[in-house]
Amino acid sequence: MRSLFVVAALLGVGTATAQTYPTRPITMIVPFTAGGPTDVIARIVGEHMSKTLGQQIIIENVIGAGGTVGSTRGAQAAPDGYVLTMGQMGTHGAAPAMYPKLKYDPTTDFAPVGMAAGTPILIVARKQFPPATLKDFIAFVKANTAKVNEAHAGAGSVSFTSCTLLNSQLGLKFTQVAYRGTGPALNDLVAGHVDFMCDQIVNLVEQVKSGNIKAYAIATPERSPALPNVPTTKEAGLPEYQVTAWNALFAPKGTPPAIVGKVNAALDKALDDANVRKRLLDLGAVIPAKNERTPAWLGTFVKAEVARWTPILKAAGAKGE
Amino acid sequence: MDTLLANLTLGFSTALSFQNLGLCFVGCLVGTLVGVLPGVGPIATIAMLLPLTFNIDPTGALIMLAGIYYGAQYGGSTTAILLNVPGEATSVVSTIDGHQMARQGRAGIALGLAAIGSFIAGSIATLLIAALASPLTKLALLFGPAEYFSLMVLGLTFAMVLARGSVLKAASMIIVGVLLSTIGTDLETGEDRLTFGISALSDGIDFTVLAMGLFGFAEILRNLENPEARAILTTAIGRLLPSSEDMRKALPSILRGTGLGALLGILPGNGAVLGPFASYSLEKKIAKDPSRFGKGAPEGLAGPESANNAGAQTAFIPLLTLGIPPNAVMALMVGAMTIHGIIPGPQVMTRNPELFWGMIASMWIGNLMLLIINLPLVGMWVRLLQVPYRLMFPAILLFCCIGIYSVNNSPFDVVLTALFGLVGYALHKFGYEPAPLLLGFVLGRLLEEKMRQALVISRGSFATFVERPVSAGLLVVAAVVLVVAVLPAIRKGREKAFQE
Repeated sequence: MRSLFVVAALLGVGTATAQTYPTRPITMIVPFTAGGPTDVIARIVGEHMSKTLGQQIIIENVIGAGGTVGSTRGAQAAPDGYVLTMGQMGTHGAAPAMYPKLKYDPTTDFAPVGMAAGTPILIVARKQFPPATLKDFIAFVKANTAKVNEAHAGAGSVSFTSCTLLNSQLGLKFTQVAYRGTGPALNDLVAGHVDFMCDQIVNLVEQVKSGNIKAYAIATPERSPALPNVPTTKEAGLPEYQVTAWNALFAPKGTPPAIVGKVNAALDKALDDANVRKRLLDLGAVIPAKNERTPAWLGTFVKAEVARWTPILKAAGAKGE
Repeated sequence: MDTLLANLTLGFSTALSFQNLGLCFVGCLVGTLVGVLPGVGPIATIAMLLPLTFNIDPTGALIMLAGIYYGAQYGGSTTAILLNVPGEATSVVSTIDGHQMARQGRAGIALGLAAIGSFIAGSIATLLIAALASPLTKLALLFGPAEYFSLMVLGLTFAMVLARGSVLKAASMIIVGVLLSTIGTDLETGEDRLTFGISALSDGIDFTVLAMGLFGFAEILRNLENPEARAILTTAIGRLLPSSEDMRKALPSILRGTGLGALLGILPGNGAVLGPFASYSLEKKIAKDPSRFGKGAPEGLAGPESANNAGAQTAFIPLLTLGIPPNAVMALMVGAMTIHGIIPGPQVMTRNPELFWGMIASMWIGNLMLLIINLPLVGMWVRLLQVPYRLMFPAILLFCCIGIYSVNNSPFDVVLTALFGLVGYALHKFGYEPAPLLLGFVLGRLLEEKMRQALVISRGSFATFVERPVSAGLLVVAAVVLVVAVLPAIRKGREKAFQE
């Protein structure tokens, strides 16, 4: 039945419709709750894209199972450009390793549209935690592995995935305290009940600025203008730790290239807009360079991300431990 | 004190601007309406209205969104009292005595008490936030996983007090509720639990689904069975508003409820849910004649309603002072602030004083507006009860279904609600009460989460719960409450057994 729809939709979307696209509002599925980092980025770029495309982009938050419920719906939608998905590092990078029964393949079931924006990962600790720099931190946690408590925002979350990468690079296994989302984890980190965590800069920037927690390093090649005093992992002595929680726009596979091109052009224009850039940079987000905004670049990138995360997460035994 | 006055002056001058007053009114009105519609909660509404606020300045946007939030708390009690359908975890308690009052023809008094109690609670809580927000933040940080677990244990003991009939039945309902809350993805391993391979269950059952089913749908089934219950509702509407005598009697309960609710509202992880349950338990325990509870005791409505609203206000404290959202609605407010370029954190107070104090001032203005909106509406709501069944029931069902669908955009949720409707009907037939089940469900998830976190941090030592003073204190109170609640029931049960 579904394939029948797909065929009908494919027939319907000829070159003629690609020229007039879009003629009605577009749904952008955000597979996370309203107000989270992915949602905020989707709304900021989506608002500007609406103006370029001349049609309203409606954000639909389809939450569940680490974003895979919404992404599944996005993968199975008709490939006519009217249902887009804002995927991210979890749903289109880590998910194949985290969810063995995943109903989509991020590398083949989507037509990549373009990279939107990413939020770099910070390594932070409670303010009374003894080590002062990242080097001290590494030495300290190596000597006291059994005593250290690492917090994360739940299995499969960005915070969990990026912590797992850190642990695998350090070759250590900490006691992990799982929270439901960043909010409660951050609460206990500020209160000093847990020792350290890794998460997206947007969730942590104000706590770091106010001194409620301390930041050891940012996992990007360059420092963030939002936190200019925090060194990069390269400067601080752990250059291999590079993580940015990226967010990118996807269409279902089989979407005509002309439509993908139109949406990509609108996204590109949004990322060049001064106001959009300012709002994204205020969050601490990184905006992709011109050459990183093409559908082809994103397609290659997603394949690399899946290949990168799968062995790390499988080795950590994240599933069925 | 001078700075407080200066700050409040700044706040009121911001909140009283023409635009912000208008936005506050729109927020309160929309909030009341979505609160009244069963199932459509503030989370779905705020998420839907978020894009509309893009073109307003951040202070105005937050004032409106906050208005929706506490407006929905007001509206939610209306449906709970009139139709026995709690839209939110916090209005479950209002169904117990509030709906009984409505059945006895005192719907107007019940609604009036709820509105006035909420207003008093909201005003006191706003003052509390203005004066003590910063020191109170420490309370939120004091509660680590161990303390939180003990608080949840204490919360579950309230459910025993809540029960009208058999303690054993109440206890089993709590356990069923806790078990239902374990459905879904395991937080630590990411493994699905008790989902039977249904992916829609992987995030657990939504509270709205359970509450609408057990209360809303089940209530309709029950009413279809005995049309004579209807007669009671239509014969006498009675006084529309509570008399000064009613108010005088209810005032102590309102103040006690406000205190409890305000305190619990500050705690992270949605401590505000406990407020109404705690207040009900307290009122029932200190009442001269506890047997009136569950049969339309005004204190059993006024206290919890006040606790509910006070908690709804003080839940803003961790958000405003720390930038950490204590519950899902507040998380959405964080998103709204972020979209407007204000990343919530401890510095909002100093960097955006007009936003911080404007919002606080607007809370009080909003509460006043809600009172003005709601009191005239009481008459209309009460008349709504006279709508014939053949029109009202399909309408309620329809709105419930829309509301449930809007929570997660999931058709499965609607089917599940229907199923819980049947369960709720069966429970009623066998004399089990759904309120303890819901409380168990709401607290169960946190109970498990916090217990595991505490044990992971203590490396598996259960002693952590008694070694930490706050946690130990809460457990002692829980034990006392349990003994006080259960002993008379057991004794009575024995006496009965002997008589037979």
